[in-house]
Formats: sequence, C-alpha cells, structure tokens
Amino acid sequence: MAGYVVKRFLNAVVLIFIASTAGYFLASAALAPRGNFSGVNPPIPKETIDAILDRSNVNDEVPIVTRYVRWMGGVFSGDLGIDLDGQEVSADFARRIGTSMRLLLLGSILGTGLGVLTGVVSAVRQYRPFDRGFGTLSYVLLSTPVFLLAILLKYGAISFNDAIGTQFFRTAGEYDSRELLEGWALMRSRLQHLILPTLSIALGSMAFYSRYQRNAMLDVLGSDHLRTARAKGLTRRQALVRHGLRVAISPMATFFAYSFGLLVAGAAFTETIYGWYGMGQWFVASIGKNEINNVAAIVTFTAVLVLISGFLADVVLAILDPRVRRS
Amino acid sequence: MTTVEAAGAAPASPAGDERLSRARLIRRRFLRNKLALFGLGTIVTMFFFAFVSPYFAPWNYYENDFTALLQGPSASHWFGTTQIGVDVFAQTMRGLQKSLIIGILVAIFSTGLSALVGSFAGYAQGRADRVTMWIVDLLLVLPSFLVLVLLSRFYQTRNWLFLVVGLTVLDWMITARVVRGLAMSLRERDFVRAARYMGVPTRTIIVRHLLPNMASILIIAATLNVAGAILAETGLSYLGFGVQAPDVSLGTLIAEGTASALTYPWLFMFAGGILILTVLAFSFIGDGIRDAFDPGSSRIGRRSP
Repeated sequence: MAGYVVKRFLNAVVLIFIASTAGYFLASAALAPRGNFSGVNPPIPKETIDAILDRSNVNDEVPIVTRYVRWMGGVFSGDLGIDLDGQEVSADFARRIGTSMRLLLLGSILGTGLGVLTGVVSAVRQYRPFDRGFGTLSYVLLSTPVFLLAILLKYGAISFNDAIGTQFFRTAGEYDSRELLEGWALMRSRLQHLILPTLSIALGSMAFYSRYQRNAMLDVLGSDHLRTARAKGLTRRQALVRHGLRVAISPMATFFAYSFGLLVAGAAFTETIYGWYGMGQWFVASIGKNEINNVAAIVTFTAVLVLISGFLADVVLAILDPRVRRS
Repeated sequence: MTTVEAAGAAPASPAGDERLSRARLIRRRFLRNKLALFGLGTIVTMFFFAFVSPYFAPWNYYENDFTALLQGPSASHWFGTTQIGVDVFAQTMRGLQKSLIIGILVAIFSTGLSALVGSFAGYAQGRADRVTMWIVDLLLVLPSFLVLVLLSRFYQTRNWLFLVVGLTVLDWMITARVVRGLAMSLRERDFVRAARYMGVPTRTIIVRHLLPNMASILIIAATLNVAGAILAETGLSYLGFGVQAPDVSLGTLIAEGTASALTYPWLFMFAGGILILTVLAFSFIGDGIRDAFDPGSSRIGRRSP
C-alpha cells in the first residue's frame, strides 16, 4: 500500500512538472508581450521595452530555454515571477486562489451532493413523477452551456429584483465594496453575492452526477447482494442504505476527479460574468494582456488541482470499496 | 461491453441475412423511441433552416434595414433586428451553420482518432499501451480548455478549420480509454486470436476485426461528442477565443447580445434557445441509438470496464 502511494505520488509530481513545462512553452509561444508596447505614440525606446520585458523574464530575444530554466528555478522556490506591471505574480495568485476556491469548492460539493442525492431518489422511484421531472430537468441543464446558464440566472435574478423591488440577489463582485461592512453585514453581503455564481457552477454538475448516480443505483437495485440483504431480514431502506449506497456511490469518485478540470473552465465563465476576480477571470484577462508568467502559473495550478482531486477520489474509493484497498 | 456480447451471440446464419435483420431491428427500435425521433426531427429542422433559409428568408445577414433599428420580432424580421438593423434571424442561422459544421466535424475526427489510438493501445498492450495511456493521462491533466484558449492565438487570424483541429486534439482521450477497454476484451476472442495465428498483420486486425465490432459504441460516442463539441466551441467563441469575425457562431452571437439583454432580449434569446435545443437533440439521438443497439443499457453512459 505504502509503495503504491509513493509510486502514485511520484507519477503525479512528474505529470505536474510536464504539465507546467508544457504550459510555459505554450504560453511563451502563443503570447507576445512585446506587442503591448508597439504602436504606441510617442514610441517607447527599445531599451525601455527590453528592460520591462527582462524584469518579467519574458524577453523574446533571450533564448526560450534560458527563460524557462530561470522560471522553473523560481517556481521551485515559490516565486512565480513578476508581471509586466512589476507586481509579484505570487501575490495575485494567493489572493485569487481564495476567491476561486470559495466558488469551486462550494459549487462542486453542492453539485455532487445534490446530484448523488437526486440520482439515488430517481433510481429508487424509477418512472415516478420525480424521476421523470428531474430527468427532463437534468437533460436540459446538461445541454445548457455554463456561460448561458450564468447569464440566464443573472438576468433572471435582476428581473426578479426589479419586480419585487429588492436587492436580494447581487450579481456583480464578491461583496458590497461601496460601504465598509463588518461582521454579520459583511457575511450577509458575501452570501448574497455568492448564491448565483455558485448555482451556475453547481447546477450543471448536479445534473451530470444525478444521471450517472441514477444508472449506478439502478444497477445496484437489481443486484444479487441487495436481494440477499433483503432475504436475511433487512427492510428495503436498511438494505439500500447499508449495502446499496456504498456500491453505487463509489464509481462517482472517479468522475469527480475528471470533472474538476472542467469545473475550472466553468469558473472562467462564471467569474467573468459575475465580476469575481478569481483564477478563471485572471486567465482570460492575462491572455488579453500577454502575461506569460500568469498563464503558466494558472496552468500549473489547474494541473495540481486535477491531480489532487484524482488522488482524493482514489482515497474515497479505497474507503468505500474494500477490494480496492486489498489490491 | 454488452453490445459486443450481443453482436457476438447472434444466431449463426448467413452473414448478409443476419446483418439485414439486425439493421432492421435497430432501426425499428430507434423509430419507436419518441425522444430520439424528436431529436432527429429537431436536427433535420435545424439543418434545413440553417442552410436553406438564406434562399427564402426576407433578409440576409449582410443587409441593414435602416427603417427598423433594434426592433422586436415581427413578420418581416422574425427574430427582430440589431442596433444597426441587421436581421437577427439571418444572423442566428449563419451562426447555427458554423456551430453545426464545427460540432459534427470535431465529433467525427475525435471519435476516429480515439478509435485508432484506443484500439491500438488495447490490442498491442505492453509498452505501446503504457506509453499511449500515459499520454492520455497527461492530456487529461493538462486543462484542455486553457490550452485551447492559448492555441486560439495561432488560429485567430486563420481559418476556422484550425479551431476544428484544436478541439479535436483535446477531445479524444476519454473515448480512447473506453475503446481501449473494448479492444482488450475483443483481443482474447477466438476470431481475433485465429486471425492473429494466421499471421494477419496488426493493422488489418484492428481495421477488419476490432473496429467493426465496436461500431455501435463508436456511433454512440460520435453522436454524443457532437453535443460536447458544440458546447466547447460556443464556450470558446463566447469568450472571443473561438470563431472569429467576420465568421459568427452561436457563441459569438450570445456574447454580443448579452450586453443589452435586459432591454432587448431577442438579441441573444433566440441564439441561446437554439443552442440548448440543438445540444439537447444530439443527446437524445445519441441515447436513442444506444437504446436501439442495446435495449438493456441504461440511459446516459454506462461505465466502461
């Protein structure tokens, strides 16, 4: 077991290293920060431009391998470089991680939890009104791209606010920054701002998990071991909770690992639409500003996130399924 | 898995006769499925309007009607007009054209790629398998959406076909894993073993024996991949990293329309509605084909081995 964990960990480290390398080279090839300073009137002297680019280690006249080695060396000591405005990338990174993780963690936990729950209920009540209604709803949700869902929720909420004459749903930013809020008022403001973006992220994954969970649960409902559990005298509910759920939930863990990458992409839309300054919005903005160091940092961060969630999924799988533990 | 078993377990009869009856059976099962028929009807309608309506609709996307700026839907402008008097219906149909073509091309290419790579890895096993699967893992770790956005810098100034290539390259990995699992089990079947011992080269075995036996899975995957590809393309286009002007897609139309969505909802509502409907229809068709091939299977993606 310990050998397995070590092997997996090493594999993950290698994958992250390769992913960040690929991210750095791709970003360097795709983005041209020198272009930011050309076509400006009055023209900026070349020495000045070179000085700015050298400060950020993104000068295209320096060989890419040299830049890469310097960047990677910095990453190992926790230094993600300097952006074109002269700010530390790490500082921005640390601030935005919190914003994004609040959104993503809450959204994915809510989405997965509700999805598994509704999937189980749908399977147990197969072909009843709940199953049919929720099945239709999840089909529509699965066919709605994140950005469209976020827009519809946003404008729906604004219309609702206007109709009722309240300011209940907030659609821009993380909290009300016009006045200084403290304690409960700040908390409330944050919650009001949190509802819609979280829903935009959670609803899609809820539909996804609920469909898969329903299928997995239906397979389990027809299985021999559940019939055995009933035969030895458990009630239907006891048998389901004790023997059915555990088996039916374990495949979801694997999906969770793969879907986290998608979630980060979803965050790019949600954060842009709701004006949250998180990682996703940062990525879109950095591409526009040709910030190579930012982009490389975000790609690395996403790879780490996907691997961590993959690792967590394996741990959950091992807890739920004794066969995995033994092998 | 189950599909392969069902195909193999069919009663021994002359090949042509058996194939005909199976095809007929599948068609009948598909036509009995109301949701699948609805999906098929929707897609046919979408195609008709996207590609034929420019010949009979009252306005074209390059015309400006200066007598009707920012007007709601009417008899002359079915979906209303934009700020500069462009007919939203004509615009939306043009965007639909691009989204449909890109979605279908990406689905065909990526499914083909995953079929080749997956069956090769599953059949060859050993080091080739390990290397291929490691590459698949790496591509899954690399956030494909972020990579696509970066790649957009290269095809922004070029043809939208480059977008198809980009979407294809980052959208085949999961299907390839499924195909690999199938290939690994098919590999041990008698007819494949017989071919191998007779000295049939690997390439021929894959093309002649493996791929036809997973055709059903591949067709289903391709149909469902259309939905995924359309979602990916419109998402990229929404942020400005996909289809570039002067081309339009449903994604760019929604992006343009949302700026004034509250006051002039027709600017993005129709594009949004058509997008949801199209994706929904492709999912229905995919599920319908799955049920037709294998009535015992469950609705959305049964887990592969």
